[in-house]
Amino acid sequence: MASSHEYDDGSLESRYGRPPSAGHGGSSTDLGYDPNFVPDSVKTFVVHLYRHIREKNVYEIHQMYEGSFQRLSDRMFRDNPWPAVEAIAPYVDNDHVFCLLYREMWFRHVYARLTPTGRQRVESWDNYCSLFGVVLHGVVNMQLPNQWLWDMVDEFVYQFQSYCQYRAKLKNKTEEELQLLQQYDQAWNVYGVLNYLQALVEKSAIIEILEREKEGLEQFTATDGYDYEGGTSNVLKMLGYYSMIGLLRVHCLLGDYHTGLKCLAPIDISQQGVYNVVIGSHISTIYHYGFANLMLRRYAEAIREFNKILLYILKYKQYHQKSPQYDQILKKNEQMYALLAICLSLCPQINLVEENVNSQLRDKYNEKMTKMLRYDDEAYAVYDELFTYACPKFITPSAPVLEEPLTNYNQDAYRLQLKLFLYEVKQQQLLSGVRSFLKLYSTISIGKLAAYMEVDEPTLRTILMTYKHKMHAVDGDGKIIPNADLDFYISEDIIHVVESKPIKRYSDYFLRQVLKFEEMISELDRIKLD
Amino acid sequence: MGRDQQQQQQAAYTVEQLVAVNPYNPDILTDLENYVNEQVSSQTYSLDANLCLLRLYQFEPGRISIPIVVRILIKALMAMPAPDFSLCLFLIPEQVQMEEQIKTLIVLSHYLETARFRQFWEEAAKNRSTLEVVPGFEQAIQAYAIHVLSLTYQKVPRPVIAEAINIEGLSLDKFLEYHVANSGWVLEKGHSRSQLMVLPRNEFNHPELKKNTVDGMPFEHVTRIFPILS
Repeated sequence: MASSHEYDDGSLESRYGRPPSAGHGGSSTDLGYDPNFVPDSVKTFVVHLYRHIREKNVYEIHQMYEGSFQRLSDRMFRDNPWPAVEAIAPYVDNDHVFCLLYREMWFRHVYARLTPTGRQRVESWDNYCSLFGVVLHGVVNMQLPNQWLWDMVDEFVYQFQSYCQYRAKLKNKTEEELQLLQQYDQAWNVYGVLNYLQALVEKSAIIEILEREKEGLEQFTATDGYDYEGGTSNVLKMLGYYSMIGLLRVHCLLGDYHTGLKCLAPIDISQQGVYNVVIGSHISTIYHYGFANLMLRRYAEAIREFNKILLYILKYKQYHQKSPQYDQILKKNEQMYALLAICLSLCPQINLVEENVNSQLRDKYNEKMTKMLRYDDEAYAVYDELFTYACPKFITPSAPVLEEPLTNYNQDAYRLQLKLFLYEVKQQQLLSGVRSFLKLYSTISIGKLAAYMEVDEPTLRTILMTYKHKMHAVDGDGKIIPNADLDFYISEDIIHVVESKPIKRYSDYFLRQVLKFEEMISELDRIKLD
Repeated sequence: MGRDQQQQQQAAYTVEQLVAVNPYNPDILTDLENYVNEQVSSQTYSLDANLCLLRLYQFEPGRISIPIVVRILIKALMAMPAPDFSLCLFLIPEQVQMEEQIKTLIVLSHYLETARFRQFWEEAAKNRSTLEVVPGFEQAIQAYAIHVLSLTYQKVPRPVIAEAINIEGLSLDKFLEYHVANSGWVLEKGHSRSQLMVLPRNEFNHPELKKNTVDGMPFEHVTRIFPILS
C-alpha cells in the first residue's frame, strides 16, 4: 500500500499555484483521487488490452490504444492520474511487461494532462529503464502498433527535454525538490538517454536491415515493420528504427546538428519509408532534419523538405482531426512555416516552393518576410521572433550545480543558439542589396556597382566573394552545392550575371503519372472481370 | 620512425572506432583530447571526433580544457569553406566563448566568412602565438582563399590574389608559377597592363558549365515503372 502514496508528496511543482496537498493520505486532490480505486471501465480496458497483446491482435491493440484510452482519459481522468499499476496488476496476471507498458501510458497521461512532480519524473525514468531493459534483452514477444512504439520513443525524448528544463530552474525549488535532484542524479542523465537510444539502434540491427532491404534481401518497409506471417516481435526493430529519429532530435537539442543528421542518415527521406507511416514520426523527422540543415546553411535542402511536408500536412491534416496528436501536428505545422520563411529570406529560391504552400506562407508571413529582406534592426527583431517561436527547446545537458546562488539557467542553451544564428544573419547583411542590383543587369563593371551601392571597390569585391561563399554550401560529402537562384562571375572587373531559370521537373511528374494511370487501369480491369 | 607512425595509425583507428561505436561515454574524453593533439601534429583532421569531444565537454563542464578547444577551433577554421567552425561554436558554452583566444578566433572566422582577407591577415599577424600551435594553418587558409576566388572569378587581377593569400613580390611570382604549372592557371595581360590570372574553368565561375542536374533522376526511382514497361 505504501507505494501508492508516493505519487503525491505535496511538492510545489504545480504551475497553477495550488497549495501543497495535505500529507500522505489516500486522497490528495479536491476530487478525492484514490489510486487504488479501479472503475469497471478501466478493469475491462486492461483485461481486453492484455488479451489483445497476448493474441498479437495489432489492429485491436491500436484501436484500444488510440481510441479507448483517450476516451476513458477524457471521461474519467481529466484531472487525475489513472489508477496505480499495483491496483490493476491482479487483472492482468501481474504480467511484468504489461505493467511496464501500463506505467508508460500512466506517466504519459500525467505529463499530458497534469503536471508531474519531481518524484514522478524520476519514477518515469526508472520505468523506461526497465522497459527498455526488457526489450534490449530480446525477451519481448509482442507485436505492437507503430503508433505506440513511436510514442514511446517520442515521449522518452520529450520527458528528457522536460527534465532538463525542470532541473535548470533552480531558483524557486523547495528544499525537498533540491534534495531529490541530488539524490537521484542518475535520473535522465544525458549519457543514459543517449546510450539507451544508441543501444536500441544497435541491438535491433536496424541499420543492417535497411541496408539489406536496399538489395532486396529483406522485407521491412513493405510490411511497415510488422511480421504478418512469422509473427516475430516488431518491438525491438521498430524501437531501433524510431530511436534513430530520437537521436536526431536529442542532438538537435544539444546543438550538434552534424551528428544528428549522421544518426538519421540510414533512413532515406527522399523515399517513402516507415518513418512516414505514423504522421508524428514523419513530422518530427522532417522538422528536425530541416532545422539542422538550416543551421548548417544548407538552405535549399531545408526549403525542399519543408515544402514537401507542409504540402502533405495541407492535404491530409483533415484525416487526423480526431487524433490526440492533432494539436501537435498543427503546432509543428506553424513552426515549419516560420522556418520556411526564415530559409526563404536567407536564400530566395521561391521556385522550390509549391504554390499552395506558398500562398499559405504569404498569408502568414508576407509582412515579416518583407521586413527580413531589409536587414535593418527591425529585420533582426523578426528573425529573432521567428527563430524563438520555431526552434527546438534546447537544453543544458550537464548536471546542475546545487550551490548558492541558485539561478534559472534553462534559457542559456537557447540564447546561445539564437545568438549564433543572428550572427550568421548579420554576416549575410549586405547580400540582399547586392542581389537586388544584380537582378537588374546582365553585365556591370565593378566600379559602377560600387558607386550605386555606395561602397569602395575593394569592399564591393569582398561583398561579392561573401555572396559566392555563403550561397555555396558544403554538404556532408564535402561537395559544394549552390543555393542561389542568382549567380554571377567576375572577369577582371566586369561582373556577368547569370540567372538560372526555374526548371520544370518533367521526369518526376511523368513517373508519377505513369504509376497513377497504371493503378487506375488495373483497377478498371478488375471491375470488368467482376 | 616507422613504428611510431604505425602506432599512431593504430591509435587513430581506435579513436575513430570509439567515436563510431561508443561515443556517449565520459571515459574516452582523454583519448579524444590526445587525438586532437595528434591531429595537430600529424596535420590530419576529424570533425566527428572533435564534435564528440566538445559534446563531452558540454556534459562535463568541469573537465573542459581551453587549449584543446582552441586547437579544435583552429583546425575547424582550416576546414573552410565547410561550416565546421560554426558547428563547433554551437557546442561551446557562452562563458567559454568569452575567453580571449576564442574571441580572437571568432573575429578571424568572421573575416574569413565575409571574405575580408586583408583584415584577416592583419589580425592573424597580431595573434601569431595563438595560431602557431597548429602547423599548416597558413596554407589551409590560402587554399580557402583560392577556393573563394575560383568561385567568383574567371579572370582575377594580381593584386586581388596577393591580398587574399597574403603573399607579395617574388614569393607571389613563385606561387603563381607553381599554379600555372600544376593547376591549370594561365597568366594574361589585362587592360591597364596589369597581370591577370585566368583560373581554371569550373561550374561556379562558368555557370554555363553547370550540369542541368535538376531534372535528373536517381535510377531507383525509374525502376519503379519497370514492372509496367514489361
